[in-house]
Amino acid sequence: MRIDRRSFLQLSALAGGGFALNLYRSPLAAAQRRGEPSLDLTPQAFIHIAPDGVVTIMARASESGQGMRNMLPMLIAEELDVDWKDVRVQQAELNEKIYGPQFSGGSANTPQGWEPMRRVGAAGRQLLIAAAAQMWGVPAADCTTQSGRVLHAASGRSASYGELAAKAAELPAPALSTVKLKDPKDYRIIGHSQPGVDTHAIVTGKPLFGIDVEVPGILYAAIEKAPVFAGKVKTANIDRIKALPGVRHVLVIDGAIVPAAFTPWEPGMEPGIAIVADSWWQAQQARKQLQVDWDLGPAAAQSTDGFMKRAEELLQAPPATTVRKYGDLDAALKSAAKVVEATYHYPFIAHVTLEPQGATAHWKDGKLEMWSTSTLPGNGLSLVAKTLGIQESDITTHMIRSGGSFGRRLQNDYLVEAAWIAKRIDAPVKLLWSREDDVAHDPFRPGGTVGLKGGLDAQGKLTAWRHHFVTFGDEKHSTSGGGIGPDSYPAGFPPAYALYTSAQPLMLRTGALRAPGDNAYCWVAQSFLDELAYAAGRDPLEFQLELLGNTQSSWSASQGDAVGDHEPSGPSVLIPERFKGVLELVAEKSGWAGRTRQSGRGMGIAAWFCHLGYFAEVADVSVDGNNKVTVNHVWAAGDVGSLIVNPRAAESMAFGGVIEGLGHMGQEITLTGGRVDQSNFHNHPLMRMRQIPPIEVFWRKTDYSPTGLGEPTLPPILPAVTNAIFAATGKRIRTLPLARSGFSWA
Amino acid sequence: MPLKLKVNNAIATVDVPPDTPLLWVLRDVLNLKGAKYGCGMGVCGACTVLADGRAVRSCMTHVGAVADQAITTIEGLSPDGLHPVQAAWESLDVPQCGYCQAGQIMTVTALLARSPHPTDAEIDTAMSGNLCRCGTYPRIRQAIHEAAGAVAATNK
Repeated sequence: MRIDRRSFLQLSALAGGGFALNLYRSPLAAAQRRGEPSLDLTPQAFIHIAPDGVVTIMARASESGQGMRNMLPMLIAEELDVDWKDVRVQQAELNEKIYGPQFSGGSANTPQGWEPMRRVGAAGRQLLIAAAAQMWGVPAADCTTQSGRVLHAASGRSASYGELAAKAAELPAPALSTVKLKDPKDYRIIGHSQPGVDTHAIVTGKPLFGIDVEVPGILYAAIEKAPVFAGKVKTANIDRIKALPGVRHVLVIDGAIVPAAFTPWEPGMEPGIAIVADSWWQAQQARKQLQVDWDLGPAAAQSTDGFMKRAEELLQAPPATTVRKYGDLDAALKSAAKVVEATYHYPFIAHVTLEPQGATAHWKDGKLEMWSTSTLPGNGLSLVAKTLGIQESDITTHMIRSGGSFGRRLQNDYLVEAAWIAKRIDAPVKLLWSREDDVAHDPFRPGGTVGLKGGLDAQGKLTAWRHHFVTFGDEKHSTSGGGIGPDSYPAGFPPAYALYTSAQPLMLRTGALRAPGDNAYCWVAQSFLDELAYAAGRDPLEFQLELLGNTQSSWSASQGDAVGDHEPSGPSVLIPERFKGVLELVAEKSGWAGRTRQSGRGMGIAAWFCHLGYFAEVADVSVDGNNKVTVNHVWAAGDVGSLIVNPRAAESMAFGGVIEGLGHMGQEITLTGGRVDQSNFHNHPLMRMRQIPPIEVFWRKTDYSPTGLGEPTLPPILPAVTNAIFAATGKRIRTLPLARSGFSWA
Repeated sequence: MPLKLKVNNAIATVDVPPDTPLLWVLRDVLNLKGAKYGCGMGVCGACTVLADGRAVRSCMTHVGAVADQAITTIEGLSPDGLHPVQAAWESLDVPQCGYCQAGQIMTVTALLARSPHPTDAEIDTAMSGNLCRCGTYPRIRQAIHEAAGAVAATNK
């Protein structure tokens, strides 16, 4: 993977004859702080055009399978007006002063990149036109472009971008706000499926991933950590381990975590013992000989049973916090013709990216070079600098493709560990977590318990909704991934409403799992709506469409970040027409109205809005006499704005969201004596090929700016399936995973 | 004692204990990074390679046990990356993160060698040990059928 560095240098050398491209140039750097959206992106930073016309476009965002190396460069290429076949995409190194935000999270790359990336491409095109106009002595306004050429119709002259690049490079870049963008009807790249830029390398087994990084003289590291969060090393047989074959270093990591009721997003290094060897296999073999006396600390008292018991107690007690309340809830419940009550539970689950966590780092002559799979690489840089006590300017970060993130790599614990080891041993080192490490030390999706009460009037209309969410944290903070915002659906629609939270302590890392919060809250809310619809004797779709037609209380984005800790701030408020639109589309495509009712087979419907996207999904399931569930078919309808940048990849993301959501329904992380009971895919399973139904994806194009697809595809599938199980069996699943409700996948 | 291995039609001599898993010999001794580590216990399939044409889990296979067998990794599947299975994967743009795909492709290659026109049920059985965390299964199924057609056409 050193080719990254080398090809950067080659590219800079090429730049002498091409479109001036100094990848380390930092325009107006002083005016910008790293991490801020850059207002001064330049075409020169992103675009290199060689004399032969080959266009290299820098992909700024981290790539872990969402197709960011395609999506963002496609936006640039479209406005640059080149043919995609002439484009080569290269991953940018971490430099947010030049490239703007380089993280991939919160489905943010599409909304965040849509305008600036197109403007970067258009600015590049404008420079090439200016160069041609000067050369020919004609007004720039008389020139047009087509497929990598500037044309002057009046004189019949034309020149290729490759011929013009050197001259264009010397011209001042226009302000991005001034450039003219294409009419979307003229798009030739955006909206047309382009194959993944790494697909050929993937299918031929090229070294692309974090685990594949090679540096001359590299050593390999494995870390043994306490079986309980933040447990410390008292004593260990370190001298014996040092004498084992291949072992070069054995380092005790004291760690920096103070176990407390609230565990921050990046709590500091976890204690443990790092073994550095000539090969990773040797490091792992040496680990087996380790004998450690751990000081397990207070987290050893934690257990899933204890969490459940405490959650039940908190549910019965007055709530600690009111997140939102409007209408006279008590009166509405009192006067209701029917009151429905239910308690929902969902478990902790782990990310289990197929590539376990790891990183490569090389400390040499006071400088650190890192090969990072982080999806929040800027945060990784500052954490490493802080932990090691070095300057950020002494660190180079290569952004390496990873084997999946799903939110896991937003946290940088493994990167800090690799950097810490590298500095201690003065050598290049590749850290790799075993799968067992990866499960036990995941920043889990936190579990939760929700007590619900709904009121229906005599006409079967929803009149009241009381929502008490028992999460984890201290008095001030919800654990990461366990916060809830005041606009969490259906807030704003029932005439009387209250959303309360209570929290219990959690000495454990949690984090953002794909559609954080929403991946659980959708299941709870859309299941309970289904319960209410049945209690009212109404069709669940019709019941929800009516609810969406009666906004009672609007939450305005200006009142704050509407969805807690996981949504980009801004216009992130639910638009009822879009929510209804996807429900109606999926109902039409699935034949919802004409569905037949039969014992053992049923259909369920659900929808959600998160990360600026709307999805509704219908599942058709069969349940046999042993409560084995087969999903026969899934229909998904999405609204992520006016167009889909890369349609086939977008459909793949929707398949992935649905399949991951099915996977969540069978997974559970439990603790006994503070120890995680699960360890690998045999007891924290993924879906298998034979369990995957046909999935059909439909797009509802609306007049809104395009938004992202990483997250919103996922949440509705869980309640769509459990609602379908209810339709098939009359049994309501209020506890996940399925096994805790007596069901399992066929 | 050095072991002689036949990997991708070349002889390689490696000096490792014979109980070292084939995966780590391929990856860290022979620098063939295509096969991936996913679980270390043979349940995810990311490390799948062929041994005398059979799909094996290289993370669970001692290198000493396959010293006399022809090992094929994703890097050796075709000289140009145009094996019908690779071509189908590329034409349908199967990968998302891509990490499991070498293992998927090797398992499919072994499947098509013994069953050139697999039914969906045969595909389900053959592929049940290869996990994909991203959920590319619908594309994989489509690609297997496309590759099967291409393999059949080549055999005519």
